[in-house]
Amino acid sequence: MARKSKVSVESTEVLSGENAIQNKEIEGLSQGQIVRKRFFRHRAAVISLVTIITIVVMAFTALDFRLFGIWRIPGWWKWTPEDLPELRFGDCPNDTVGCPTISLLPKFLGGQGIGLGTHPFGQDDIGRDFFALVMKGTQRSLSVMIIIGGMAATLGIIVGSISGFYRGRIDAILMRFVDFMITIPVIIIGSVIGYRYGNLGATFLAFLLGLFAWTGLSRLVRGEFLSLREREFVDAARVAGATNKRIIFKHILPNAIGVIIVSVTLLLSGAILLETALSYIGFGVVPPDVSLGLLISQYQDSFTTRPWLFWYPGLFIISIALSINFIGDGLRDAFDPRQRRRISKKERQDSATARKLAQAND
Amino acid sequence: MVAFVLRRLGVLGVILFGSSFILYNVAAISGDPTADLRLSTDPNRDFLIAALTRELQLDVPPPLRYFLWLKGVLGVFVGNPNFGIGRDGSAVVDSLALALPVTLRLVLAATILAAILGIMIGIITALRQYSRFDYSMTFIAFLLFSLPVFWVAVLLKEYLAISFNNFLREPQIPIGWIIGIGLVSGLFWASVIGRSRKSFWLTYAAAFAISSSLVAIFGVTGWLLNPSLGPVVVLALSIGIAFGVTQLSVGLINKAALRASLTMAGLSVVAYYPVNWVFDSYPGALSIFLLACVLITTAVFVGLAFSKIDRAPIVRTTIITAVLSAGLVLVDKFMQTWKPYMETDAINYRPVPTVGQKNDLLESTDFWITSLDVVTHLFLPTLALTLIGFAGYIRFARGTLLEVLNQDYIRTARAKGLTERTVIMRHAFRNTMIPMATILVADFAGVVGGAFITESVFAWSGMGTLALQGIRGQDLNLLMGVFFITATMAVLANFVADLLYSALDPRIRVGSGA
Repeated sequence: MARKSKVSVESTEVLSGENAIQNKEIEGLSQGQIVRKRFFRHRAAVISLVTIITIVVMAFTALDFRLFGIWRIPGWWKWTPEDLPELRFGDCPNDTVGCPTISLLPKFLGGQGIGLGTHPFGQDDIGRDFFALVMKGTQRSLSVMIIIGGMAATLGIIVGSISGFYRGRIDAILMRFVDFMITIPVIIIGSVIGYRYGNLGATFLAFLLGLFAWTGLSRLVRGEFLSLREREFVDAARVAGATNKRIIFKHILPNAIGVIIVSVTLLLSGAILLETALSYIGFGVVPPDVSLGLLISQYQDSFTTRPWLFWYPGLFIISIALSINFIGDGLRDAFDPRQRRRISKKERQDSATARKLAQAND
Repeated sequence: MVAFVLRRLGVLGVILFGSSFILYNVAAISGDPTADLRLSTDPNRDFLIAALTRELQLDVPPPLRYFLWLKGVLGVFVGNPNFGIGRDGSAVVDSLALALPVTLRLVLAATILAAILGIMIGIITALRQYSRFDYSMTFIAFLLFSLPVFWVAVLLKEYLAISFNNFLREPQIPIGWIIGIGLVSGLFWASVIGRSRKSFWLTYAAAFAISSSLVAIFGVTGWLLNPSLGPVVVLALSIGIAFGVTQLSVGLINKAALRASLTMAGLSVVAYYPVNWVFDSYPGALSIFLLACVLITTAVFVGLAFSKIDRAPIVRTTIITAVLSAGLVLVDKFMQTWKPYMETDAINYRPVPTVGQKNDLLESTDFWITSLDVVTHLFLPTLALTLIGFAGYIRFARGTLLEVLNQDYIRTARAKGLTERTVIMRHAFRNTMIPMATILVADFAGVVGGAFITESVFAWSGMGTLALQGIRGQDLNLLMGVFFITATMAVLANFVADLLYSALDPRIRVGSGA
């Protein structure tokens, strides 16, 4: 453990005390329970989890939702991105139009009371409700992110586990292929694909991008498999007569899942940034469809006059990416067996007093 | 070793061949260069299409056309590369030759800055693990990590360029800002330096007082309009640098090193006026280079003169001090150029530009003014790339150092009774730098491809802009030219990183395994 020299004099004693606290904590718990427990102790990760769930629920319930194009589930928000309500004139600063009506300052502090108003995020230049647009954009960006992440995770795990488990010629061929793919910058191939196929819809674009995003993960999974397949429990399973399929899915993959989940979360936050960046330079989601990056690129010129058109989409991109990164960090801590929790001063004192009491009782 | 390098280079060739083949075909299938001509109503449309087809050899199917392109590219080895011609009829090689230095300038500056700042802060957070400083830096790193670069760029343009330029018209710093800057810098330094509660508040007070009075002085004296350091400040800062570098490099206990560094710092200041005279009389990169050579030679001699034993570390310390304090003299020269630069017609007191890589209206041919122009144009894009890049370095440096501090040899070093400085700087820091060096090299190549968006936001005509032009205009040769350069750099950088790794870390054997 890294500690200052002052502490290291008594470190063996403290260490054993810490071990005792740590061991006591995970006594009689399954691996899943331990991971969950550790994850929920990571405050930032839990806050992020709540944030991301809120954003997802808000984005997908606010607007009308069409299931397979037949069933229509009405959204709770009064406007849709297609509505053209009248532009709100007056009571906006600097003679602008369509400013946000959201107010978070209560009346007694000089604000207008907490409330959403008719257009909480304001209106764009032709009067469309910006909250509805941002929700629509968030839906698009989130689904593109999920599809890219899902595709990349599936492909990466399959390729990585096959090449790590079977080694030899299969491994050599697959990894050379990965080498090819890694040299092509995702942003270049993304732009080429987006330019040609962006008009076929966001979903299609996301699937194509997913085909190129899996390479890093596959290398990681391969490395994990290469080291895990030499372990005793794999030999034991093989001696017991388990098939290759069973060894891969039941023995090796569950042991590698921590590393995989962490890197998939990073992949997800990378994916949303990729999508928004592509949409920003015009090679991703194209109008009339809406995405967060597209909204920013459409309204960046009005930053000086009507900054809300620039702030809100950006805030949503950042909240999503930031939450995912923090969740990834929490998961990394939770899955890492070497990761020890910082034992607080109080707990250390408690354990010391308990030990003294026990000695006194003896 | 030679066999290993040759084999690896062979594999790299195959990889480049494969990936360029894939991209060529994907790009060729996704775009038809004659598409816009087909829609035109030009009477000689068919003739134009035929001409374009002949010029770009569009009648050859893409997989075969690739080999025609490859044949031209392989001319690199006989000194006659031919990347084909672009849609506008100009040779792609010429466009690339113009764009590559622009991108390299941007990427080099951003990567170096990001790495230095990131590693420094990462190391401090690791040494102060689980402190409030650690938590806030972790948060900031994640925040920067999650920022879309185009969004940051717009904000930077608005607040750092336009607002700052407006502010420079009347550089009166309001009292709120003075106090605010003081509070923030106090908090930063106190959490970095302060260990006990008492030292925390002492540092806080000192940092608050120093930074707010500095800011106030800047405001009152109009320093921002006509900045300079002058020999006195250079001397004071150089002495500070000499102490700091000596402490980090060999420890203040080493008196010979301290004396050598102080002498070198003093010499830099003694040379202040002669060097400025050289700068004025013989402006140009050559004289800076020659001065640097003189500087390093002097530093080596001073280091040798003061040391009897342990020469290498003392010479190293002296060189670092010399470079840093001579850097101050150079910075001072740029500061002196600031006022004439602002007064030129092209700038007219709005020095921070939002677009472009140089001001074309600038009529001055003075070396210092044009150089300063390049620097100011680098400012915003570099800042954007640095902000986003250095978050990664913070996390990586922190993780690596923590890992290293967990090793048994660190415990052994502490058990031997070595000072904390020696343990951190000699045992831990050096081992942290091994993976950092390889990451740095690989990252550099990655950023060349990733500076795409930044270039497009700031309207730089670099590689990224060329690639976008290639995609938008369905200019296959242009796109492939950019790709070939970036991919070759990426592959070579990875190769260098591998070699570097085995050179730095004797535990890694070259050629073992895959």
